[in-house]
Amino acid sequence: MTAHRLPSGGLLIDRARPVEFRFNGKPVKGFAGDTLAAALLASGRTLMGRSFKYHRPRGVVAAGVEEPNALMCVGEGPRATPNQRATMVEIAPGMSARSQNHWPSLEWDVGAVNAAIASVAPVFSAGFYYKTFLFPRIAWKHLYEPVIRQSAGLGPAPEGVDPDEYEHLHAFADVLVIGAGMAGLAAARAAAEAGARVIVAEQGPRAGGRLLSESDIEIGGMPGADWAAGEAAALAAMPNVTLLTRCQGAGLYDHGYALLDEEPKEGPSRRLWRVRAKRIVIATGAIERPLAFANNDLPGVMLAGAVRDYLALWAVAPGREIVVFANNDDAYRTALAAHLAGLTVKAVIDCRAEAAGALPEAARAAGIAVRTGMIVAKAKGGKALKSVLVAKRAADGRVAGALEEIGCDVLAMSGGWSPAVHLFSHCGGKLRWDEAQAMFRPAPERGAPTGADGEVNTFVAGAANGLLSTAEGLADALAAGARAASDLGFSAVAAEAPSATEPGMTPLQPLWFTPSVGKYAHGTKHFLDFQNDVTAADVELAAREGYESIEHAKRYTTLGMATDQGKLSNINGLATLANALAAPIPEVGTTTFRPPWTPLSLGSIAGRDAGTLFKPVRRTPMHDWHEANGADWEPVGEWRRPFTYRRAGESREASVAREVRAVREAAGMLDASTLGKLLVTGPDAGRFLDLLYTNMMSTLKPGACRYGLMCNENGFLFDDGVVARLPNGDFLCHTTTGGAERVHGWMEEWLQTEWPELKVHVANLTEQFTQIAVAGPKAREILQPLTGMDLSASALPFMGIAEGEMAGIPVRLFRISFSGELSYEIAAPAHRGRALWDAIREAGAGQGIQPYGTEALHVLRAEKGFIMIGDETDGTVTPQDLGLSWAVSKKKADFIGKRAQERPFLSHPERERLVGLETLEPGKRLPDGAYAVADPAAKTPEVIGRVTSSYLSPTLGRAIALGLVKRGPERMGEVISFPLEKGEVMQARIVDPVFYDKEGARQNV
Amino acid sequence: MLLITCPCCGVSGEETEFAPGGEAHLKRFGPGSEEGEFAGYLFYRKNPKGPHFERWRHAYGCGKWFHVARDTVTLEIFGAYKATETAPPQEILDRIAARGKA
Amino acid sequence: MSDPVTATGGARFAGSDCAISDLGALGMVAIRGEAGDPAFAAAVQAETGFALPPVRRFEGEAEAGLCWMSPDEWLLTCPYAEAEARAGRLRAAFGGLHALAVNVSDARAAFRIEGEGARALLARGAPVDLAPAAFGEGDVRRTRLGQVAAAFWLGRDGAFRLVCFRSVGAYVFDWLKASAASGARPAGF
Repeated sequence: MTAHRLPSGGLLIDRARPVEFRFNGKPVKGFAGDTLAAALLASGRTLMGRSFKYHRPRGVVAAGVEEPNALMCVGEGPRATPNQRATMVEIAPGMSARSQNHWPSLEWDVGAVNAAIASVAPVFSAGFYYKTFLFPRIAWKHLYEPVIRQSAGLGPAPEGVDPDEYEHLHAFADVLVIGAGMAGLAAARAAAEAGARVIVAEQGPRAGGRLLSESDIEIGGMPGADWAAGEAAALAAMPNVTLLTRCQGAGLYDHGYALLDEEPKEGPSRRLWRVRAKRIVIATGAIERPLAFANNDLPGVMLAGAVRDYLALWAVAPGREIVVFANNDDAYRTALAAHLAGLTVKAVIDCRAEAAGALPEAARAAGIAVRTGMIVAKAKGGKALKSVLVAKRAADGRVAGALEEIGCDVLAMSGGWSPAVHLFSHCGGKLRWDEAQAMFRPAPERGAPTGADGEVNTFVAGAANGLLSTAEGLADALAAGARAASDLGFSAVAAEAPSATEPGMTPLQPLWFTPSVGKYAHGTKHFLDFQNDVTAADVELAAREGYESIEHAKRYTTLGMATDQGKLSNINGLATLANALAAPIPEVGTTTFRPPWTPLSLGSIAGRDAGTLFKPVRRTPMHDWHEANGADWEPVGEWRRPFTYRRAGESREASVAREVRAVREAAGMLDASTLGKLLVTGPDAGRFLDLLYTNMMSTLKPGACRYGLMCNENGFLFDDGVVARLPNGDFLCHTTTGGAERVHGWMEEWLQTEWPELKVHVANLTEQFTQIAVAGPKAREILQPLTGMDLSASALPFMGIAEGEMAGIPVRLFRISFSGELSYEIAAPAHRGRALWDAIREAGAGQGIQPYGTEALHVLRAEKGFIMIGDETDGTVTPQDLGLSWAVSKKKADFIGKRAQERPFLSHPERERLVGLETLEPGKRLPDGAYAVADPAAKTPEVIGRVTSSYLSPTLGRAIALGLVKRGPERMGEVISFPLEKGEVMQARIVDPVFYDKEGARQNV
Repeated sequence: MLLITCPCCGVSGEETEFAPGGEAHLKRFGPGSEEGEFAGYLFYRKNPKGPHFERWRHAYGCGKWFHVARDTVTLEIFGAYKATETAPPQEILDRIAARGKA
Repeated sequence: MSDPVTATGGARFAGSDCAISDLGALGMVAIRGEAGDPAFAAAVQAETGFALPPVRRFEGEAEAGLCWMSPDEWLLTCPYAEAEARAGRLRAAFGGLHALAVNVSDARAAFRIEGEGARALLARGAPVDLAPAAFGEGDVRRTRLGQVAAAFWLGRDGAFRLVCFRSVGAYVFDWLKASAASGARPAGF
């Protein structure tokens, strides 16, 4: 037992299960159920971190998600997770936690010099980032970057691969209730009793919310905590209810979509629930506001409600001598709870002229000094609170009379409560200012989240709805739950609210700025946003400098930014701005709260999409063979294709050259399975393809192939491939690897939306067939022994089709060539693709067959001047630009892109057109994408063309390139210049794009 | 994230199951059409603040194209109908009118 | 003739509350036609033995049946060796009808997913309500699983059958295995 752990009590801890963990390397003892913050406070530690900008010592302020200071790095090495709120992390045996924002140690921090500088010069004041990092330039290198960056910033990112598991889960509900405090429990019960399917998410480890900490609330004749336990048990027992704890409602989105972030007791480290709910009840309670007074960030200054939480939930006394500073009755509960726990309550400092409510009276009756009309002018202490200076508050709001020092180690402050409207705001919920309660509360009449049907689908209940009294909140929540269910057609019987009793409350008095004296009077130590180190003086400075909109002031000062999302600072900040502008608060308005409610780890967002599952890789049936045989992979869409198959000790260039030579001299085999294969059938198939392709397809005879081009409606080429008319009359359209799904979708789109009268069916057979290209002068002699089909030129001529068996496997042969050599493309059922690959490889081994990759394929086609979609095309190139006018029908009345190609600019003589390029230095390759200019010496050279493909041709023993050049075909033989980096200029001669075998004799044998 | 009901297969699915396809009810102008007509078909699009008629495809589901009437501000979906309809059904126009947004 | 080899080569995984297995080479025939055309419906019934299942329904037992795929598309599942011939017979039966039957057995990977944790397993990757009241025996859904397209149905034997494109068969199996590995069932499943 430590001096700070009370001898009894503690609703959430299990004293039979001691837990030891490490904080900054030193062992600390706590109990199962403790949060890091509770266990550290119990061990007597109040200093838990350093602030973001000034590195001021900071302790824990809150007991829940709103904690701005006690951010820690939990875990070691790759499991380290920075910026964890110590108030939300439950301790576990062996856990390791470290404080952040300090160097070399928490107690002695070099960065605190920032604060020292700040006291003489306003270096970190509002707009600091905008005013400071400007000049001189040299300061960036030597000061800003190394020094300031080193000492600023939140916790460090973990190193290494996160070994934890994260998963997503899709779930559906009639009614989703976020929060399982009193209101959430009541709303859930009402909806569930009506028969709705309900999900309830509670961010804490136990349902009950503030009922767990308040000893003076009775519901249904029993203590509030007991009522909550009973309700939670009843809900858990209902088959139509899923009750989740340790699960925050992270974000609310359109049409009833919500993200819940669960930390499950077993299984994955985090589970992200992707919930689609028909109705949503937000029951997220309220957050207590700090008071803005001088040095209000000293360790030991805490929210009054948080002090009660530590006493009730974890039996932890944050200190032994307490002063309460408040503007409302509720905070007296803290004085009473502390008194009852045996702590010394030195005084309640109440800014109101009088305090005559039930709770102040109870405090007086308990012998507690209640000092009304007074304020805390300043807190004193170094790394911990030592005392407070209190004084009378004059009618003009200033300090009146002498300061009185009261020694204490805890100051419990309360500026009233603000509804946690964040989730409501995430999806367009509007707010209104409630003057009497000094809070923004939901105003659904001005705007609320809606479902797909346009009806309001989200209700706010209880304290989140601005109803802070137990009885009102309970009735509101029951009504919200019943309304949610009855909206959906469930016959909800409006249950009568159980009786609820609690001490009556008298009105609060807003206190946005607590006066002080001397240099503290200006608000430079009145912290509004603890996490971002924004003071009242910063906000006032922003107002003076013209940042009058709350959204501008937010960005300028960083108030309410980042992970905190203004949980503690929002209202105090905008009230301060309103005061500085002498404008009413509702006129200043509030900033927009963004999801998530509290930070999500990147692992949660990624879910299973990490490591080997980061992105699906599409594999052909030969993928494993490629892998085992030296494939250098190249990503092509989601596929992986072998770029080349390197042999031991071989460079990539040498490997590609060897593969090219194999095809030109003997034979090569290519895995062409990734090419798109779309079956187009039906009586109107020919007519349809005539509309899709630029050339005529309906005239294609069964058993023959034709190269085809597809343009978009803008007239530009977007895909090409060989169309095969199968012996049964069906069309099989080959597309590029990347184009298969796109072209399939394109066909379906036109059929479904523009020409539904056409009787055509399209089936995507891309993956049904493995396709193997066997190319080279020895292709026929390698394949013939494997099949009974006659592969002779007369039986199967160029552009012919044959069907039969090869190596005992049913196949279809296409005599088509992308290399200019004698070539067969063989299609076989994919489940037998690997067997066929192996059979051809073995059959050709004696003749020197070699597998070749995509780079050899590219070199071979470039030597022949064949274009490649994506190299020679970029979405602005027409078939005519590429010398493919022969493939654009002049007879057809219509095809997609025809109207666009009638536009004069597409036939303008100055357009860039396809040419071949030979560098004057034959061994030197032009860089891909290099620009050709008219005069490289000109100040702003005129661009006349560009390189679209460029290779070293092993066949020709020189560099070759394809390019698009203005008036290119008219300039054969002309030498043009390509300026490169550092003043270098390469020169190349314009030549015919067909570099090799211009007559096409080699493929026609 | 939108919740869209496919009129072709009845599935009410989240937006990630669908692919958007731009403005609905465009009339195609082919060869021989006036420059203005063709430009209107190819390039000019409405960008209304309020009710809008769009094309969507149930890409991960039944694969069918269809039309959606949707408010671009409130995201309310007034209804979905077949891709072969050349104009929004009266029932959907009535629903839009009932919201005071005709 | 060589044996057919599927995308995962017969991979299996047994988790604590569900099991995943490659169904091996499964015969699949894609059928397209006009649902409302009695001649088409009759031809399909005569050749497959199944009436055209309505929207999002599967007719049949175990791996043999007829699965709805789209308002004008169905998938016949049968023994692998029969698929090519059955596609041919269907086309013959369609005669002059505008309808299509084509063997797609090799284009897909097929898995069986069974056990108490099967619904939760699919719910991790598919945006589909898998509660028993919402998804029962014979129900079919085409959707996403993880990052790829997939279709699944719940058989009368209580096991799910899932098909995806062959090229992502390994991805889908690895995804299912990784997602099933922890065995920790979420609340409500």
